[in-house]
Amino acid sequence: MRSIRLKAVCAVLAGIAVGVSAAGPAEAATPKQGGNLQFVVPAEPPSYDGHRETTFAMIHPIRPFYSLLIRVNPENPSSTTDFVCDLCEGKVEAPTDGGKVYTFKIRKNVKFHSGDNLTAHDVVATYQKIIFPPKGIVSARKAYYTMVESVTAPDDYTVVFKLKYPSGAFIPALAVPFNFIYQKSVLDKDMHWYEKNINGTGAFRFKEREAGAVIRGVRNTDFFVKGRPYLDSFDAIFAKKESLRVQAIRGNRAAIEFRGFPPKSRDDLVKALGNDVTVQTSDWNCVLITTVNHKRKPFDDVRARRALTLAVDRWGGSKYLSKIAIVKTVGGIAFPGHELAATKQELEQLAGYWPDIKKSRAEAKRLLKEAGVDLSKTYYFNNRAVDQPYKIVGTWLIDQWRQVGLKFEQHVEQTGPFYDQLRNKKEYDVSIDFNCQSVVNPIVDVSKYLSDDRSGSQYGQYKDREVDALFDKMNQSGDPKEQRVLMREMEKLTLDTHANAFITLWWNRIIPHRSYVKGWKISPSHYLNQSLDNVWLDK
Amino acid sequence: MYGYILKRLLLVVPTLFGAALLVFTLLRLIPGDICELRMAGTGGYFDEDAIQTCREEMGTNQPMLGQFLSFIWGLMRFDFGISMWTGQPIVSEIALRFELSLQVAIMATIVAILVAVPLGTISAVKQNTWIDYVVRCISIAGIAMPSFWLGILIILGLLVTTQHLFGTPWMPPIAYKPIWEDPVHNLSMLIWPAVATGYRYSAVATRMTRSALLEVLREDYVRTARAKGLWENVIIWRHALKNAMLPVITVIGIEFAFLIGGLVVTEQVFNLNGLGKLFVESVVNNDYTMTQALVMLVVMVFILVNFLVDICYAWLDPRIRYS
Repeated sequence: MRSIRLKAVCAVLAGIAVGVSAAGPAEAATPKQGGNLQFVVPAEPPSYDGHRETTFAMIHPIRPFYSLLIRVNPENPSSTTDFVCDLCEGKVEAPTDGGKVYTFKIRKNVKFHSGDNLTAHDVVATYQKIIFPPKGIVSARKAYYTMVESVTAPDDYTVVFKLKYPSGAFIPALAVPFNFIYQKSVLDKDMHWYEKNINGTGAFRFKEREAGAVIRGVRNTDFFVKGRPYLDSFDAIFAKKESLRVQAIRGNRAAIEFRGFPPKSRDDLVKALGNDVTVQTSDWNCVLITTVNHKRKPFDDVRARRALTLAVDRWGGSKYLSKIAIVKTVGGIAFPGHELAATKQELEQLAGYWPDIKKSRAEAKRLLKEAGVDLSKTYYFNNRAVDQPYKIVGTWLIDQWRQVGLKFEQHVEQTGPFYDQLRNKKEYDVSIDFNCQSVVNPIVDVSKYLSDDRSGSQYGQYKDREVDALFDKMNQSGDPKEQRVLMREMEKLTLDTHANAFITLWWNRIIPHRSYVKGWKISPSHYLNQSLDNVWLDK
Repeated sequence: MYGYILKRLLLVVPTLFGAALLVFTLLRLIPGDICELRMAGTGGYFDEDAIQTCREEMGTNQPMLGQFLSFIWGLMRFDFGISMWTGQPIVSEIALRFELSLQVAIMATIVAILVAVPLGTISAVKQNTWIDYVVRCISIAGIAMPSFWLGILIILGLLVTTQHLFGTPWMPPIAYKPIWEDPVHNLSMLIWPAVATGYRYSAVATRMTRSALLEVLREDYVRTARAKGLWENVIIWRHALKNAMLPVITVIGIEFAFLIGGLVVTEQVFNLNGLGKLFVESVVNNDYTMTQALVMLVVMVFILVNFLVDICYAWLDPRIRYS
């Protein structure tokens, strides 16, 4: 039995090695035209309007129908700073006027699927809708653009963004994959039209939707990049159950799922398919946060909150949890791969990241005693009824806290009741919370840790004006070095000195896909690199 | 008979109203808000104003009484409105799934009847022999085994067996095509869930057939028939079985109605885009309008099936009259 297990493990490891290495040389091959890409999507999009939705379930099937003004470089999507033109021409130019004016020249050969030509006025109308939505129009991310003063089109093929102040957060915000470019004449008639209809300039044209089952797209023969897309068509098949999505790839009913699978599913696929599966992995711009309710005793006391984070062995947790869950990287408030993120040495200075966990837990116990925390009481831990990674991380946290004498009862709720507890009822002591972004843009992403009257998505009920001031300074600084210093200060206050909230572990994105899928490269977000124009099938 | 039918039809109105009131109230008791789910559920940054705008659009900020009256008014006109989650007309969303659910329910019922009636009959006729024991084991296993679990086993079995035999794993299609468009695709997708659910369904029906037939076989008229020298096959198939079918038809009717909207997990296992899956997603998404419409649909299906079962009673047993 032992030897069989050993053989199985060896087979899995060999498969992973083969799979990962297979991705390299295949990319150099000449792309082939044709074929239908079938991929599975774990959920169905609520509407087709990118400006109002926040879910990847809208991005995966709908993004191929649209273009953006600029986008994350599809050939280098793992970079957090490499942006290229999509509908604009040439490179993404540096700003003028002291970093306050960005000018984009628009391509002249772009047609909407309706047959009309795209002009700068379409781009302006789109961004007007996103940044300055009229009453009654939902724009989920308008707060990303607080620095924008105006968007104008001085001529038919030029767009100018004028900012109130220079901001390093602007270009990443512009590349957000939800910013589909819509047609001005359609928006002028009906701002809601795009919620139920599709008319973009993307590599694929909308063919059909079978409610709850599939969305189909076919090649846009008028696509503005000659020779693209390579695929004839795609089918985005909705499949909620993870085991079915895994089996669909195994049984070749789907070639890929773009969100991510846990390590066990990867191992199963590699074991079953060997060379026929390729695995791509990446750090993931998603993280579970431990939100502490500052209005509930004893966690209104900074010592009790610091004890909570000091009890958690993140370095050890990373090692073991990464084998069973989609979490891995130890990090601070900024995405670990970004230049604004803390190094390991910097992290080790923060409470909860000390290399010596015994020392850390001894300090936690001392603080709990000093704060007079009642260790006989059982505290309320609010968690979401999702296995990966919520319940796994939640169970791990409870064990970590148990080791310093704190007892928590885990209340696992479906998404609706979970958010109702987190956002409205607020009867929990500690809750899991979630921060998951598309384009890596730490300056905007860390707004989660601002005072609750500033953030809108901070549910710990605290106000920290020192953190707010640092954030404002960082947001308005054009100098990356200064931004980095300010980020460290904000991180120290948030995670350590004031212990407002805590990071658990950053997610790890694992995409095992059929090896005949070529051209698609993993990015740090399941929202990115989904235009499918560069994907081809080597069958 | 006509009076009975009219009475039954009139009873539909208060039944539907009661169901409507119940589902409307219960849904509002579930914590959560569709707009919060859409914005906050994905963990991304969102604007708080967007939630307010969304609530105004959905009408969830309106007074409860107004929402209820609007629901009832729509119901009276067979207008279920639009899904709060997808923004698409509910009738078209349901129609698409109803077709699939109905097909699976019919196929599972056929599987169940084809298995249950012969097995139940043989088991009763051969009572307390090894054949009876085998049939009882099979049917008890069917009741004990959840159909979704059997479904998972079927998929895994197909993958492993085909990989072993042909070198490449095969599994049923995961995207539906109507039977008149592509019958092979359609049947190779739906036969497996029909077998998985039909097995459990047949297990219940087999046991019911067996016990009902055993009871009938002890009746005086069966003894009389035997005394008259009638062939055993004629006694069983023509006289006994027909009279034993009354409780079996009830079970088949109830199970059929259940299959229309109740294949919640099995549909997910086989990725069937049916009403059960839609039901769960609507509840999880706090899609009030869709959930309300689905509950009303299932209530109507149950009423209709019960009504048809009652009519079947009269056909099977001429002594039953509903006057």
